[in-house]
Amino acid sequence: MNGDDRIHLSYQVEGGDLTRAGEASSGVKQTLRKLGIDPGTIRRVSVCMYEGEINMVIHANGGLAMVDVGLDDITITLTDYGPGIPDIDKAMQAGWSTAADSVRDLGFGAGMGLPNMKKYSDEMKIKSIVGVGTTVTMVVKIPS
Amino acid sequence: MIVRQLADELDLTVFAMDDPDRETAGGYCGDLLSWVMGRAVAGGAWLTIMSNVNVAAVAALADVACVILTEGVQPDPALLDKARLQGVNLLGTAMPTYACAGKLHGLIG
Repeated sequence: MNGDDRIHLSYQVEGGDLTRAGEASSGVKQTLRKLGIDPGTIRRVSVCMYEGEINMVIHANGGLAMVDVGLDDITITLTDYGPGIPDIDKAMQAGWSTAADSVRDLGFGAGMGLPNMKKYSDEMKIKSIVGVGTTVTMVVKIPS
Repeated sequence: MIVRQLADELDLTVFAMDDPDRETAGGYCGDLLSWVMGRAVAGGAWLTIMSNVNVAAVAALADVACVILTEGVQPDPALLDKARLQGVNLLGTAMPTYACAGKLHGLIG
């Protein structure tokens, strides 16, 4: 990889099936390991991506996860065509969730997903249009 | 302390132990998976009563050294399969979470 080259990974995330959630994140983790990325950065990317994956499975019937690996940073872009987020500020509040009881029974839906994604990324942007879908972009910087 | 020693010291049931030499220090107790993702320390032990398949994904991605199912909880078959597949150290004990955490704290801080 030289300064201009970036590695692009993309994964289709299936909706509805929480038992399969994490497959894309695990795939990214394995690839980052092979690339020799440090364990701390891999962990931050894994948490960000897994939380995003769970959100897409629970709320949006799946979507597309793209990961762009450079020398200085890793950018994760999650795109779905779900219901959208009417109030992003509210969704960002720790503990706020619209997840169904069936999801909560599995240990998810505690309203910590987006706050975790913000905590473990260096930059995070959410673009959402109700009825159209949501795109979440997160950047994790690689320590030099 | 490595995971194998920890399992011996606390007389833990071994459900899966693909990485017995993993060093472990510190820990986290919790059943809400996103709390665990946000708070668990890398290389620590994670104590939980959750036994569904997602536990393996959380353990692998949060990079904990081992999962200890407390209170006599048995792993779902899907969790057992996934733990073996993903190389997650999955242990168990009949001890209550509080008692297990107390003993762990004495061993690995």
